[in-house]
Parts: sequence; C-alpha cells; structure tokens
Amino acid sequence: GCFVFKPSSKKRRWSEKTAHDFRSASSDSEDTELRFVTCQSLWNQIKSETEQIQEDLNKQLLDNLMSFLSRSHSNFQEKTAEWTCRMKFREIPTAALVLGVNVTDHDLTFRGLSDVLQDNITPYVALLEAKDCSGIKNLMQKLMGQLMNCDIDVDSLEDEDCVQVSPNRIRCSMPSLISWYDSATKKTDSGTPSKKRNSSSRHWQSPPVVVIFKDIESFTTKVLQDFIVISSQHIHELPLVLIFGIATSPMIIHRLLPHSVSSLLCIELFQSLSCKEHLSTIIDKLLLTSQFPFKLGEKVLQVLINIFLYHDFSVKNFIKGFQLCIVEHFYSQPLSVLCCHLVDIKKRVYSLSHDQCENIRRLLSFRRYVEKQESGKQIELLTNDSALKGETEKLLEDLHVYHENYISILRCLHVFTSSLPKYPLGKQIRELHCACLENRVWETEEYESSLQLARMLNKTDLVTMLQQCVGILVSSSGKEFDKTVEKLKEFLTQFQKLEEASQERDVSVSSQKELQKKTDLYHLQKTLLELKESRKSKKLTKFEMLRFEVVDYIDSLVRKYLVPADDRTLHEIVYFNTAAVLRGHLNAAPRTALHTALNNPYWYLKNQALKCDGGGISNKAPDICIVYKLHLECGRLINLVDWLEAFSTVVMAAEEPVADAASSDQVDDIIHARFIRAVSELELLGFIKPSKQKTDHVARLTWGGC
Amino acid sequence: MPNLEHPAYPAADLLHLESLVPCRESQVSMLLSIFGERHQFSFPSIFIYGHTSSGKTYVMQTLLTTLQLPHVFVNCVEYFTSRLLLEEILSQLQSCSSGTEQTSPVHCDTLNDFVRLFKQAVASQELQDQTLYIVLDRAEQLREMEANILPAFLRLQELTDRNVTVVLLSEIVWELFRPNIGCFEPFTMYFPDYSIGHLQKILSQNHPPEYSADFYAAYINILLGVFYMVCRDLKELRHLAALNFAKYCEPVVRGEANERDTRKLWKNIEPHLKKAMQTVYLREISSSQWERLQHDGGEPGQLKGLSAHTHVELPYYSKFLLIAAYLASYNPVRTDKRFFLKHHGKIRKTNFMKKHEKTSNHLLGPKPFPLDRLLAILYSIVDNRVAPTANIFSQITSLVTLQLLSTVGQSDQLDGPRYKCTVSLDFIRAIAR
Repeated sequence: GCFVFKPSSKKRRWSEKTAHDFRSASSDSEDTELRFVTCQSLWNQIKSETEQIQEDLNKQLLDNLMSFLSRSHSNFQEKTAEWTCRMKFREIPTAALVLGVNVTDHDLTFRGLSDVLQDNITPYVALLEAKDCSGIKNLMQKLMGQLMNCDIDVDSLEDEDCVQVSPNRIRCSMPSLISWYDSATKKTDSGTPSKKRNSSSRHWQSPPVVVIFKDIESFTTKVLQDFIVISSQHIHELPLVLIFGIATSPMIIHRLLPHSVSSLLCIELFQSLSCKEHLSTIIDKLLLTSQFPFKLGEKVLQVLINIFLYHDFSVKNFIKGFQLCIVEHFYSQPLSVLCCHLVDIKKRVYSLSHDQCENIRRLLSFRRYVEKQESGKQIELLTNDSALKGETEKLLEDLHVYHENYISILRCLHVFTSSLPKYPLGKQIRELHCACLENRVWETEEYESSLQLARMLNKTDLVTMLQQCVGILVSSSGKEFDKTVEKLKEFLTQFQKLEEASQERDVSVSSQKELQKKTDLYHLQKTLLELKESRKSKKLTKFEMLRFEVVDYIDSLVRKYLVPADDRTLHEIVYFNTAAVLRGHLNAAPRTALHTALNNPYWYLKNQALKCDGGGISNKAPDICIVYKLHLECGRLINLVDWLEAFSTVVMAAEEPVADAASSDQVDDIIHARFIRAVSELELLGFIKPSKQKTDHVARLTWGGC
Repeated sequence: MPNLEHPAYPAADLLHLESLVPCRESQVSMLLSIFGERHQFSFPSIFIYGHTSSGKTYVMQTLLTTLQLPHVFVNCVEYFTSRLLLEEILSQLQSCSSGTEQTSPVHCDTLNDFVRLFKQAVASQELQDQTLYIVLDRAEQLREMEANILPAFLRLQELTDRNVTVVLLSEIVWELFRPNIGCFEPFTMYFPDYSIGHLQKILSQNHPPEYSADFYAAYINILLGVFYMVCRDLKELRHLAALNFAKYCEPVVRGEANERDTRKLWKNIEPHLKKAMQTVYLREISSSQWERLQHDGGEPGQLKGLSAHTHVELPYYSKFLLIAAYLASYNPVRTDKRFFLKHHGKIRKTNFMKKHEKTSNHLLGPKPFPLDRLLAILYSIVDNRVAPTANIFSQITSLVTLQLLSTVGQSDQLDGPRYKCTVSLDFIRAIAR
C-alpha cells in the first residue's frame, strides 16, 4: 500500500506546479530547483521505507487471515457425504478483524489485504463501506457491481462481450450472483491451457468470494442481518467469506446481531498490531536512524506525537505531518540544499553561491561557533568564501558523525532507563529522544533520579543490559565505539570474576557459620553484634564498586554523545524546528479563527484603519464585526430591536458626531438593511438562530459572554 | 399414532411423508384436508405461524415435494423488493413444470402485470387442472413492501381466477399483519413448539452410521439435559450435537468404555458440554475453532472469546470526551454547577443527592445533551487548557461513527447538535482508569 494516491499524470502536474511555487516564493532563486529535487527524492525514500515497514508489520496479520481463508472453504469442493458434515449447520466463515480506533489507517490495511487476497486466494473480493449500503438493495448492487467488474478485469482481453452486463440491467439477487459465480468459475476451468495454468497456480478451482465490511460499526443492523440471512441460505452454492473490520471491540458483533443471526456465522478473531506499537516502529525506523539526513526538532516531534496520542492515534496522519515538515523545511530554509546524503555534501558545499554563504554566516549556531575561534580564523571565516566552504563541509561531516553516535548511545541509555521502576525518563525511546533533544539531559532531575535507581540494579539485570549495549554498539555504524565496546566487555568479565569470587566466599561464610553453631548463646550474640558493626563500617563490596563504575561510565558516555542538537553548529540545516508553523497547519482551530476574524478584523484584513482598536467597537470595521461584538454583550436571547439600535449608534457615531435628536429615533433604511444583512450572515455562521420563545428575539448558539 | 390418510394420494407416498415429518402428523393431515384433491380449489390463502424452527418451512417443503404438487417457494427476505419477488415467482413458475431450463428473463414491475403474466404462465403450462401453491416464507417482510402486495396475495385466487393457493409462513401472529384498510382473512394455522420429547425423537432420528441408534439416543438425551434450558432451536441443537459427538465417542474409540457404559460416558461429556454452552453456543469462539480444540485436546481456556476483548484503546482527548459525554448523559443539568464549578458549596447535601439520583438515572438510560454542555464539562474535567481545535470536533464525530456516542434528532448540525452517550458504566470505568 502507499499513502498518496494520485494518478500519475495528475501528480506530475502537481509537482511541476510546486517546483514553480518553490521558486517564486523564496528570495534567492538559485538553489530552489535543487532543493525541490532533494525534497522529492528524500520524501520518496521515506515513503518507500514506510511502506516497507508497514508491509512487514501487517505480514503476521495477513498471513493468519490467509490461512483462515484457505481453511474456511476447504471442504467446499469435496462435497463430503460424511455424517458430521451433513448434520452440521453450514455457517458462514467470518473473520472479525479488530483494527483499533484509528479509522484513517484502516484503508491501508484493507487495501493491502485485498491485494494479497487477489494475488493468493481469490479474484473475487468486494470491499463494502457503510455509507454505500443504506439498504440491502444498495448493498447487493454494490457487491455485485464490484464482483462482476473484477471478473471483467481478470480476463478483459479475451471475452468481454459475454460478461459485459451493466449493473442496472441484471437483477440484484442472490440467484443471479450464484449463476454468475458458476459461469465465472466454469469459464476459468475450461479456458485456454495457458490461462488455466495461470489461474490454477494462484487460485483454486472454486475460489471463495470474500466480502469485506470495512466499518461494521456504521452498518445498520437490518442490512447486515438481512444480508447474512440471505447468504447463509446459499452458502452451499456460493462459498462466501465475510470479513468484518472492527474499530472498537468484537463485542459490537453481538450488539449488532441477535443470536439467531450470529448463530449463522463462524466467527474467528484477528487482532492487528496496536497503533502505538506501530508508531514506535515508525519512529524507530524513520527518525532514529542516520539513513535520512533530515531531522525533526524536539518541539516539532512533540507536536506530532501529541496529535497522535491526544487526538487521532493515526499513523497515517503522523506520516503526513512528517511529510509536511519535510516540505516546509525545504521550502523555508534556503540552506536546506545541504540537507543531503554525506556523499553529495562536498559537491553541494562547493557550488554554493555568495548569498548562500552569507546565509550560513547568519546562522545563529555558526555565529556562536565563530565567536569561539581565534581572531585570525574568525576573519577568514567571515570574509573568505572558500575557507567558509571548507569549514562548512567539515562541520557537516561532524554533524553526521554526531548523529550516528547519538543514536547508538541513545539506544544504550534506553536499555537502562526502560527497565527502571517508574520510568523516570519514560518507557518509550521516543520520550527519551525528546528529553535528549530538548536540553542537556544530564542536567535534568529525571536523569539524576534514574542514575540513582541504576546504582541499585542487581547484578543479573546489569549484566544483561551491558550485553545488550555491547550488541547495540557493535552493530552500530559509528566508528568511535571500539574503545567503548572494549570497556564494556571488560566490565562484563569483571562481573564474571566477581561471581566466581563470591561463590568461593559463600563457601567460607558457611564454614564460619558451622563454627558459630557450636558456641553458646551469649557468644553467638556477641559475634552477631560484631558482624553488624563491621558491616556498617565496612566499605562497599566489590560488586557495588563495580556497579558505580559502570553507571559512571554510562554517564560519561551520555555527557559526551547525547549533546542536544541545538548546541551543534549548523544544526539549522538538517533540523526542522518551527513548531508554530506545523501547529498552525495541523491543529486547526476554527472557532478561534472565526472569533479572531470577527473580533479583530485587522488580524486578517491588515487595513490600517482597523488597527487602532483597543477594547471598544470601531465603526470602521465591517458590519458583521460590529454586530458580532455587540452580540457578545448579550445573554442567551437577544432582542433584535435593541441590537439594531446599538448597531446604528455605533455606525452613526463617526459619520455624524453631533447627531440630530429628531432623527435619532428613526433608523436609517440603509443602516437597517446593513444590520439585517449582518445578522443573517451571523446566522449563516451558526452564531445565532431564530427563537420560537419570543418572536422578536434570536437565540445565541455560542456561549462565553454571559 | 395418527396415520395420514387421504383418498387423493397413494398410500406409499403418505407413509413416506409421515416418516419424514415426525411430530407434525396432525398439522400435515390438517393441511392435506384443506388442500383436498389435486384439481379441487383450495382455500385462497393459508397463514402458518409458529416459533423459530418449529418446522414450518420444512413441513411445507417436504409436503409439496413428496406429493409432487406444483408449487413455487420464495423467501421474502431474499427477494427484498416487490419487483424481485414477483419476478422470482414468475420465473420459478416457468421452470417448475415446463422442464426446459431456458427461461427468458421476465419483467414485472406491478401487481397488475403480475396477474396478467401469471395467467399466461399458468395457461401455457397446463396447470389449470391442478392447484398451484405459492409459498411465501418469512412473510413478515411483505408488510414492508408496497401496501397492495399483501392484500393482493391473500386473494390471488380471486384476482387471477385460477386454481392457486398462497401459503404465508411467518414467526409472528396474523394480528400484526392485518392492514388498516382491511383484507381477506386467510386461514390461520399454528405450529406449536416441539416439546423435549419431540426434540429427542427428531434428533435421534438420524444417527451416524457407525453407531447404533440407542447409543446416539443416549447422547441426545444428555445433550438435551444440558442445552434444553437455554436453547430449543432444533437447528442449533443438531449443530451442537454434531460438534460434540466426537468427544462423546472418545472413550469408546479408545476402548475405555463400551457403548452401554452410560455413566462413564456421561462423566466424560457433561463438563465438556457445559463449556460448549458458554462458548460455542454464544458464538464466543467459532465452531471450527472448537473442533480444532477438541482435536488437539487443548483447554478451551486458552482461546479467548469475543467478549474477552472488551478493552478499547482511545486517544487521550477521546477518553475525556467520552467521560464528559457519560457525565452529561447521566447527570441532570442542574447538578452541573455543583459538580464542575470551583465554588459550589453545600458539599454534604450534594453527596446525598447524588447517591439518591444515581440509581434512578441509570435505570432511565442516557439522556441527550447539547454539544456545548459536552464541551463545557470537558474543559472542566481536563486539567490543562484544551483549545477547541478541529481535532477535538472531529473526534466527537468519530466517536459517533464508532457508535460510542449517538446523535439525537436529525436536525441541522448548525442548529446545536445533540448527542447521547451509548456506553455502559463498566466501559467508562475501564477507560477512566
């Protein structure tokens, strides 16, 4: 499956347009083309990577489903005359597929499922959605349309004329479906030899007809019941398999179907991976890897994760958000040309224009870096472009190395923190990642407390963790870890030695105990007291010493490698950190926007005349704004006459500062019309509605004022 | 045992029929006497009702096929529109006696057409001298079609002026069918439920060829002992009998007991059947899974049923929205101020009131509440500030599509939509944890 489904021609047009947009909007036009190309290729890489990940994640589920489907109608052709088969009621095999509440992701799963089904089991797959199936008639129509079309697709070249029946002509009933099925399966049997080989290799003689109900919750009970009752009567002629896509819990089946209907089904449960695990895998494979040059800043990542956890649980939306970050980064940051793979950096750095060099000099992190250099080098970096380019290349390579090391050490640290009680630094690696990106992790309280806890770990845990760390570091791509691995292995051997030593000591202690047994009670008490004394004053055991050493070593690794990215020079090039933009795009707030527009029209209109406004109501504002502001001061029911009077006062205030006393009680017709228009606009926006309680009043639909 | 007797039909056929319809002899003989001889006009319409699986469809079908009476058998659930139904009757009519497979598709939109085409079909197929039976199964569906369908079927004999009898089969009583405008009253007939003795007799009738009838009858006896309390559905019982018979035979197959060793067999099967009642019968686990379990000799405890997976994982704000919706549905509006405002006062009284009201509110079921109240409660139960973003609103809609909330009234969405919370207290408790 994939995420963006646009016909290829359309997409090309779209991308050309975007390239143009990139050019026109940004100030320096030189690198836009390259930036756009880089952005596209990066996104394509990420896209294919995510598709791969998702395929792998769904594999288990799909395999289970496949085996269920192939099992479900295995005895269909055999027509066994066995007693049990004759006596047993033929139930419709049904897979209850629990997919979780992230409905937006389901499409992908279903598409993958139907692809796999069509490749391996049966060409006859129908996907039904509740919105298309308001009645049993619509359902049958949809079902037959999909099934018969798919048949045409399968052998469109050879015999189009005999299958070509428009869905309106055929009768939407089960017998016509069965006769279609018979003819379709018979045809594949008696087809040309080549075709037969082709079909029999993939499907059996009588492939099952799979009907997928995408969202079982939204189907009406009656439609489902009728369909199940009808199809159960024909199960002998039509090998039907149902798949229910369930978003909540499988209990919904019992809620939707009465026992008399659910007893016609043979329901097996399949559960997909939880979306949180899905997200963890995605983050693990997309963000915590040095494979892609583009990185997310802490705030941006937090926004994306928050939307996921707080709002929709949708991995698809998460990836869309990630895509938005990429596009936004390449669009807004001119230096993002350099956000590319290591091999291209040299070429790109040396082809930078002078303007771009100036851009680099303007970067905050680079300025910090320059200030630290000695004065001679400072001048060179700030004046000589080629020196700057050389330095930039070196810095970017450093940044790359930093990422590689960062990820490995982060994983090691996660090994430790994820097993501590209460998880002071978070259970998931993403939380740890955010904490490390945010600021120096070793300065936080949580880190301190987790070190404290780590100093209390028992030996077996510690040893397994160290072994895991060694595994991570050995498999990592960083080059600096040879020494670290050695050191860790040394720790491990020390632990090993310690174990042997302690065993010996155990023997000696037990012998000592033997001795003690023979003494009398008084002596025993005395010796015990002495022992206690000695234990109090005794230094730490060897194990404890070693444990401290290990923890300190880990701490030093953290301090060395887990420096927050903001501290690195040139981090602006690869990190996207403008969370506000992202939030504005993804977290739309319609009510707030509407309120801002009506309350403070200057925000959107940018008309200087509207600006002066403090708290009062300006008469220069559009009529609807005035009406809106006035209505904020009212209670639940608004008297139209009062409202009109207030409106006309506000409008008149500026036009005729000294209003005529005589004409004041008669409202101008034009103002009246303007008022009515503004009020009906408000009604359209859903702020008010006509009230039945009092004829000359309108009811307020929003709250907050009173 | 009342023997079926009718001068019009050969005795051998009747005897055969009698063996096929055990425990329904009196109904069959009654039907036969209504039908009369082949050429005689019968009652225009017969209405047969009885509980699920009391043999209505089966008896009618066997009766008509064994005696080779010309008939059309249609299930009204399957042919859900009047057009489909009428066309199906006509096409079956074409093929029922002509014998030729080639049936041209008939087009019949109205009852008027139907009567005309029906007359043609009957005339062309030399059926005038025999009574034609049209059996409409699940006839309660007819009520949902056009208003003229049911009355017309009831007096089809008169309308077509042909020898035809319409038989309606249904699970509900005739009183619920009778249209307001009045109609021809059919002859109504009741099929009573099978008693336990009947069930025993019918179920033991087809025993597996490998085992003796007595052995199987003993098994059925045990099965009914367990299941009769909860299930009297013959189909279901037969299904269950077939599912569990292998387990019953196990000791015999292994040679641990012989077929007469009823006590031992009972000890073996009884707990198994009880487990089956809690799982397979309720469709908690499917029958194929059950068979596999039996085959592998595993414990059914390993397989979790459908109801074991009640937990629903929800996003953070969805949880709060659902809790807020629950509170809004079950708390009266006037208590909102006390519960959700910071300075409410009178705590003691509130607690007392709450306890008193809670029981009654839960019995009354959820009450609808407007969107604004839901949001107000949400803002007060969530600790940090919640921006009213589109994400929050779309979550409400998705909760509705998940059927955790439901909209009340079909009014315009701009007009202050109202919702109801449809989940139970247990569900909310699980979420709130």
